[in-house]
Amino acid sequence: MELKPETIEKIDRLIPRYPVMRSAALPLCHLVQEDQGYLSDEAIEWIAARLELEPINIAEIVTFYPMLRREPTGEYHVRVCRTLPCALGGAYQTCRRLEEELNVKVGHTSEDGKVTLEFVECHADCGKAPVVMVGEREYTDVGLEAASELAAKIKNGSL
Amino acid sequence: MALEEQRLIFKHIDAPGYTRDIDCYLKHGGYEQLKKAVTMKPEDICAEVTASGVRGRGGAGFPAGVKWKFLDRKSGKPIYLICNADESEPGTFKDRQIIHKDPHQLIEGMLCSAFAIQAKLAFIYIRGEFFEGYRILEEAIEEARAKNLLGDNILGSGYSCDIIVHRGAGAYICGEETGLIESLEGNRANPRIKPPYFPAALGLYQCPTIVNNVETLCDVKHIIELGGEAFSKIGTPGNTGTRIWCVSGHVQKPGYYEFPCAALTLGQLINDVCGGLKPGRKLKAVIPGGSSSKILRADERFKGKLKDGTEFDWGIEDIPMDFDSLAAVGSMSGSGGVIIMDDSTDMVEALANINYFYAHESCGQCTPCREGVPWMRKVTARMCAGEAREEDADLLNGIADQIAGRTICAFGEAAAWPVQSFIAKFKDEFVEKAKEQASRRKEGKPAATETTLI
Ligand SMILES: Cc1cc2nc3c(=O)[nH]c(=O)nc-3n(C[C@H](O)[C@H](O)[C@H](O)COP(=O)(O)O)c2cc1C
Ligand code: SF4
Ligand code: FES
Repeated sequence: MELKPETIEKIDRLIPRYPVMRSAALPLCHLVQEDQGYLSDEAIEWIAARLELEPINIAEIVTFYPMLRREPTGEYHVRVCRTLPCALGGAYQTCRRLEEELNVKVGHTSEDGKVTLEFVECHADCGKAPVVMVGEREYTDVGLEAASELAAKIKNGSL
Repeated sequence: MALEEQRLIFKHIDAPGYTRDIDCYLKHGGYEQLKKAVTMKPEDICAEVTASGVRGRGGAGFPAGVKWKFLDRKSGKPIYLICNADESEPGTFKDRQIIHKDPHQLIEGMLCSAFAIQAKLAFIYIRGEFFEGYRILEEAIEEARAKNLLGDNILGSGYSCDIIVHRGAGAYICGEETGLIESLEGNRANPRIKPPYFPAALGLYQCPTIVNNVETLCDVKHIIELGGEAFSKIGTPGNTGTRIWCVSGHVQKPGYYEFPCAALTLGQLINDVCGGLKPGRKLKAVIPGGSSSKILRADERFKGKLKDGTEFDWGIEDIPMDFDSLAAVGSMSGSGGVIIMDDSTDMVEALANINYFYAHESCGQCTPCREGVPWMRKVTARMCAGEAREEDADLLNGIADQIAGRTICAFGEAAAWPVQSFIAKFKDEFVEKAKEQASRRKEGKPAATETTLI
């Protein structure tokens, strides 16, 4: 596994800030995942070694936290909030529209590897429901029309 | 008549021309309270916080001054401050605004609080989904460090304190303070049992630790500015300061609105502040304090006695928005997330949606929670899928009763209360669902109808 020099630098700066090294486990998972796109066995072993832990210590947090992934996502990672306030605002309909237009079922990655569509839980922006995230960017008030526009931009690669 | 907001914490948020950088914050009197705090005696700040009566804004409403008093100062171990910025209770979106639009207010509030409890290291545990919020906080901390407002020997006072921003990774249970601490130690966020693991005694790394919500820590800054006594005059006795109500669901103008505690009723919040319901719709129910709080039915009469002995007889719209009134009607103000549902809402679907959330979020440590919550999800999902049974309401209630009070952390209650209250208030709809499906089946039609909330 080859990490970018910036990632290594961030890791080296971060670890000594914590009074106990193990506290850096979750931040390191984030940094390595951002670098690699997901956390492979090799990544887990690497993080464990860096923190003087056993691979199981990292594996158990990787399997606990929903945002940590064992597999890469599609080029576009689309997360639709489905929790009650968003649902009251039409999130399930928004998701159905995205499924149709992106030709992928929620919980899956499209066959061409372009889009991963997932349901997620409340993103703490419920006043602007429905809330959708694409990558690290948040889109709010995503009704049916906005969902179609978003899907079109994803399809033609302009997002 | 439209009610005017009275903003304290959100004073500058969304104000034209106000930006989140430190220069703008300083121009608006920023860090003056920190300058004052470091010249005070730490115990005097604690006394002001106690005098202010401020109650925690994270959910439980526990008085911050009392919590700080529980701090074990004699252990000789380092003391830590943790800001709970997990903001994971569905329906809540106030901490996000502070982090995105006024991060220095939080940093100043934290440094004042850290000084008061003599913590040399503080953490902001921020939910993983706040990618931008994380970057904003990191940047703000470096801005403050560059001006010697944070770090070593703050403003020449001899007091040093650093803040680490620590990102979560999508687990709701990290909002529970002991789960948060486990997470911060690099483990799964499995909450710890209290006693003995009260953070104020045995918190982070088994050291005395204070965990407070973002908004609570911002309040501390204003308590130093106004004085505890003056702060306690905002709101009513026992319900002091302002609250930021996050209104979502079926209203015309959802959003965040700050008012002194008890300054308005639920009816005023819905009708005057949020522009009422969508045209032609009627109010059906309100979940007043985040999705864990018990639901209120629009046509209920709420009768009883307040803590001070005054009797009340309220309709839903008469309920004053404060800690004690919402507790008196059998619910809670919780995290301030007010979810409004109009008469288009199918209550079985709404509960199915909530159950899905809690089943997804159980940490799995306690059997009643790990097994019971997914069971409740299954029952409500089955009901929505056309297989509702008339006895399901009682089954759900029975499961919930076996979870609440039998778990390590309050997640058990958080997951049971919605079920118990939905069944208590809307049992008729649960039974009706089964009857309707049976009659459709008899007519040879599909039993299920299209769902919108699950
Ligand atoms: C399941 C569960 C989830 C919670 N989520 C949050 C949260 O997202 N943010 C928060 O500040 N407090 C949350 N709390 C409350 C915390 O445990 C803790 O009481 C709070 O952070 C203390 O701060 P306060 O006294 O300032 O409110 C949660 C509690 C439980 C039981
Ligand atoms: S109640 Fe649920 S969330 Fe809390 S410790 Fe037990 S299993 Fe975990
Ligand atoms: S329910 Fe979707 S952001 Fe809160």
